[in-house]
Amino acid sequence: MSKDPKTMNVLTQEYPYGFVTEIEEDSVPAGLSEDIIGAISAKKNEPDWMLEWRLRAYRQWLTMKEPTWANVHYPAIDYQGVRYYSAPKQRNNGPKTLDEVDPELLRTYEKLGIPLQERELLAGVAVDAVFDSVSVATTFREKLEQLGIYFCSFSEAVQKYPDLVKKYLGSVVPYSDNFFATLNSAVFSDGSFAYIPKGVRCPLELSTYFRINARETGQFERTLIIADEGSYVSYLEGCTAPMRDRNQLHAAVVELIALDNAEIRYATVQNWYPGDKEGRGGIYNFVTKRGKCQGVNSKISWTQVETGSAITWKYPGCILIGENSTGAFYSVAVTNNYQQADTGTKMIHIGKNTKSTIVSKGISAGHGQNSYRGMVKVLKNAENARNYSQCDSLLIGDKCGAHTFPYLEVKNSTARVEHEASISKIGDDQIFYCQQRGLSAEDAVSTIINGFCKQVLQELPMEFAVEARKLLGVSLEGSVG
Amino acid sequence: MLRIRNLSASIDGKPILRGLNLDVRTGEVHAIMGPNGSGKSTFAQVLAGRDIYKVVSDELTFNGRDVLGMTPEIRAREGIFLAFQYPVEIPGVSNLYFLRAAVNAVRSHHGLPELDAVDFMSQAREQAKSLGIDDAMLKRSLNEGFSGGEKKRNEILQLKLLEPRLAILDESDSGLDIDALRVVADGINAMRSPDRAIIVVTHYQRLLNYVVPDHVHVLLGGLIVRSGGKDLAMELEEKGYGWLDERSECKPDRAQPSSEVAS
Repeated sequence: MSKDPKTMNVLTQEYPYGFVTEIEEDSVPAGLSEDIIGAISAKKNEPDWMLEWRLRAYRQWLTMKEPTWANVHYPAIDYQGVRYYSAPKQRNNGPKTLDEVDPELLRTYEKLGIPLQERELLAGVAVDAVFDSVSVATTFREKLEQLGIYFCSFSEAVQKYPDLVKKYLGSVVPYSDNFFATLNSAVFSDGSFAYIPKGVRCPLELSTYFRINARETGQFERTLIIADEGSYVSYLEGCTAPMRDRNQLHAAVVELIALDNAEIRYATVQNWYPGDKEGRGGIYNFVTKRGKCQGVNSKISWTQVETGSAITWKYPGCILIGENSTGAFYSVAVTNNYQQADTGTKMIHIGKNTKSTIVSKGISAGHGQNSYRGMVKVLKNAENARNYSQCDSLLIGDKCGAHTFPYLEVKNSTARVEHEASISKIGDDQIFYCQQRGLSAEDAVSTIINGFCKQVLQELPMEFAVEARKLLGVSLEGSVG
Repeated sequence: MLRIRNLSASIDGKPILRGLNLDVRTGEVHAIMGPNGSGKSTFAQVLAGRDIYKVVSDELTFNGRDVLGMTPEIRAREGIFLAFQYPVEIPGVSNLYFLRAAVNAVRSHHGLPELDAVDFMSQAREQAKSLGIDDAMLKRSLNEGFSGGEKKRNEILQLKLLEPRLAILDESDSGLDIDALRVVADGINAMRSPDRAIIVVTHYQRLLNYVVPDHVHVLLGGLIVRSGGKDLAMELEEKGYGWLDERSECKPDRAQPSSEVAS
């Protein structure tokens, strides 16, 4: 259908967030060594145990090989050419209030539309903004502290809540987990930390906005969220990065822990710079996200809308240990132009009566390549485990590709695992039908795409869903028309 | 309102319409009848702007304006409506949402303010009720899993809400049981108005018992081979299409005067 002139026009909108903020930066030289790691740790004034953990990871990493099984192709990454730490210079040990934050930084956030001011309380969003490597400002913290909720940068948590960090860091994604997670464990710069105490329902959507700014700086966030017994938290993560002709590396790790009867909902809208129309530049996004449903009746859900990055390598998963625990993964992944995505999930059923749901929607346009890779594993003792997987692909044009790689491993005969997959194209007849009712071809396509993604979008909090819808429209502009 | 002179259409080099003439005036109801493969649906799709056909015409005007130069959405907003023979399914897009988007697209084209969800809902509900469409069906995904009859009724609902100037109904009666046929026919009749023209494309005379046309045209081999009043439909029902032999194809102009005289 790409031959049809009417269906060939929606992917040309320029990346609207491609501005660079001019700020003096405090960074370490490019390259990776024990000295560099020591320097990063020292800059953060970390305790010895933290440095030792990093070094263990680094030594492990030296023995590891970059994985090649994913259906993505890119030139070799020179890990010694990456600068592993960059932070905006601060006047003295960090801002105490928003007034102390560099106004240039605040303007950047403003352009991104991040609600950083307290007045944004009305919007119900508390933001822990990560600018390159250091968390710049955390809002609403006081209000949250009254409830006993800790929400701060990861570095701060290392100082203030070392026991919690020590106990849970690496408990879901061990430092030896995989090449990229291990690299992250060695050099992670900052990230977010949240702890929700027993029985507390977090009244705000917690939110982190990541942004890569400095040139050739890899960003390695580390996020740790712990929901204690009977608590609830909804966490939002949004990402944008400025336009660059060079490729940039991003290797984050997110760990979630849900104890008895706790629930964590984690939503991501990932809009890193995808590269230009010829496939130059763009973020390499190699992310390890995993949640552990440790307690009985615990729930973890991952919802992601992935529209950016040149390469996405990401499998947010759940380890279902507690009886009756539930894991969910809802995903929309868009690849346009020369973007490549290999994304999906892992659901590991360990406890009895554990349930998981997977809904994956892949949209490919231009020369984009979109792979779903999902693993469902039911271990021997997981009586009555249930999984439902649905994976749908939508193709726009005839140069893109969609691939599905489901892996099932079932070791308990009482388990029930269902997998459904479909692949479709936006039909000319669908577009014509919409046009015959007065919609333009562009509106027709965006209506059809939003319909296709509905099951996932409805899992997002309202404001986020609106943003995600817009983003889908922008990402696919020019692909059809 | 609609003036067609020497309209031809082909797909992949294969001619389907071969020099068709027709005049439709405001307030009229025309029936286009013909056997399978005679070009009825092509005719309907060409008027609506389906671009898989190569179309040439000496004249194709709607209220004096050239239609072939308009995109399908402009034709729709200008008031040309096609009720599809096979309405497509659009998963995940709620029927109600789609209806409102359509109505607002037409409204804003005419400089009217868009209807908000609440105002629209009450209008839609009222019209839906007369067609036996309940709230659940309004909220379901557009045409997804609808039965044949539900799809046809939903097309008529769109017709009622969009209030076009020219409605083209492509086999809106096919696959309907007698009760559903009556509901659809009542819906169409309710839309008859001195300000509006309706073209009913149908295979059988059945629908025309309920929606009585002012003019009946027989399409055969891509040409209108005969035109007449409502009695022509009865005659066709009785004799079939066979008696209109191939020779009549050579005299397309016969169609024209009769429809002009009748109007």
